[in-house]
Amino acid sequence: MVDAQYFGDGLTYLNPSDLKGKLIAIEGTDGVGRSTHIEMLQEWLEVQGYGVVTTGWTRSNLMSKTIEMAKEGNILDRWSFTLLYATDFADRLEHQIIPALRSGFIVLADRYIYTALARDFVRSGDRKWVRDVFGFALVPDLVCYLRIDVETLVLRVIETKGMNFWESGMDLRLGGDLYDSFKKYQSLLIEEFDKMTEEFKFEVIDARKSPEEIQEELQNKIRPLLSNHLRSPALLSDSTAHPSPTS
Amino acid sequence: MSDHPPTRSTPHPYPGKLIIVEGIDGSGKSTQLLLLHKWLESKGYKVFFTEWNSSNLVKDTTKRGKKTKSLTPTTFSLLHATDFASRLYHDILPPLKAGMLVLADRYMYTAFARDVVRGVSPEWVRKLYSFAIRPDMAFYFKVPIEVAISRLLGGTRGQFKYYEAGMDMNLSQDVTESFRIFQSRILAQYDKIVDEFDLITMDATKDIAEQQNEMRRLVEAALIDYKPRRGTHGRRTVFWRRFDVPKSE
Repeated sequence: MVDAQYFGDGLTYLNPSDLKGKLIAIEGTDGVGRSTHIEMLQEWLEVQGYGVVTTGWTRSNLMSKTIEMAKEGNILDRWSFTLLYATDFADRLEHQIIPALRSGFIVLADRYIYTALARDFVRSGDRKWVRDVFGFALVPDLVCYLRIDVETLVLRVIETKGMNFWESGMDLRLGGDLYDSFKKYQSLLIEEFDKMTEEFKFEVIDARKSPEEIQEELQNKIRPLLSNHLRSPALLSDSTAHPSPTS
Repeated sequence: MSDHPPTRSTPHPYPGKLIIVEGIDGSGKSTQLLLLHKWLESKGYKVFFTEWNSSNLVKDTTKRGKKTKSLTPTTFSLLHATDFASRLYHDILPPLKAGMLVLADRYMYTAFARDVVRGVSPEWVRKLYSFAIRPDMAFYFKVPIEVAISRLLGGTRGQFKYYEAGMDMNLSQDVTESFRIFQSRILAQYDKIVDEFDLITMDATKDIAEQQNEMRRLVEAALIDYKPRRGTHGRRTVFWRRFDVPKSE
């Protein structure tokens, strides 16, 4: 991330220009298989000798417990809801993502701020405030959006883990029951992700394809980022052992 | 959730009144607010009090973060904003809508002063709080740093707390010196905020009673058009009388 930058008003006390690693975000609604693909990508990258750090939404040391508690009490207001997630993200950004990038790791983020932007917009109809709040986020090198239509998603979620309160947006009272609410909520999220695709230059991958095809597409999108990365220590030793034709 | 309260640049439309106090630790703002609270209640007003960083959810997290010393300027700022948001929604807006008086010990200006000194962008923290409503009256208790230090050391608390002294910022190994540097920077930020948001500056070096008289005079004048809603106590009396009278016949 030689030309790394913040979305808006950044962390004034942290200069992002010396970040050697790559930040790759995998986005998509619930149940599109993000975590499976991230595991496979990590394996694929590590085999090639790249250091990989994965980070997931609401997995910070500081906040994961707090967010669980808040969800049990069903927080009602849009602001606290968004700010809790922003705090979690800030904690991971400063303690995990930025240090890893500085040391030259590839960071695979399971969800990124776009999830927060979509969820907040669906709850408030306003795009400005949430974007201001997340202004301190780093712009990723690559965002892969695993896109699915709501009909396929419904079947997949019912077949696997079932629908839960928050993934169904039950706090929004969008439908009479879990099923109706899930469908409406996820459709609104998909609609918002589609709008962001152009604005934030997402690479769209059809999540209805087979896992093998999806993984291959993901690897194809990531590969161009790696060629700039040949100076990483692991690859340097590789290239001295087997000099490439270009050197 | 779809109804948007007005932003902090315009007056809020609710029948209640919001009065807030600001100032560094040792400025005496909490004492003044307490005395105002007593006075307003003695005059029969319905008053609701709320305090900075007091929601349980966030307090536990802040405590955890402080213990492990893992809070950064940004997470520190966001946690306080979360606390504020949740109190605005649950504690401040309902009594204002019900026509009550709300007293707040510290408001968003504390974040504008303190978080900026800790290193977050002044623009960012102002945008963060753009959902807040504008108080009807905002008092700033202005005090020279040495007065605040002698008050805190001499009487009420005896020693400085770690974060209140800005010890996380490595300004000085000496707690008092660290407090002096940190709080002086906060004072400088408050000076800017007073102009930016039209806070009422109070001379916090004066006697407690003298300051309180001045505060009560200003609040009384501001409440001239305020029509308090009739409390439940008055209604209950009427209610019982209606049922008691026939029974006694």
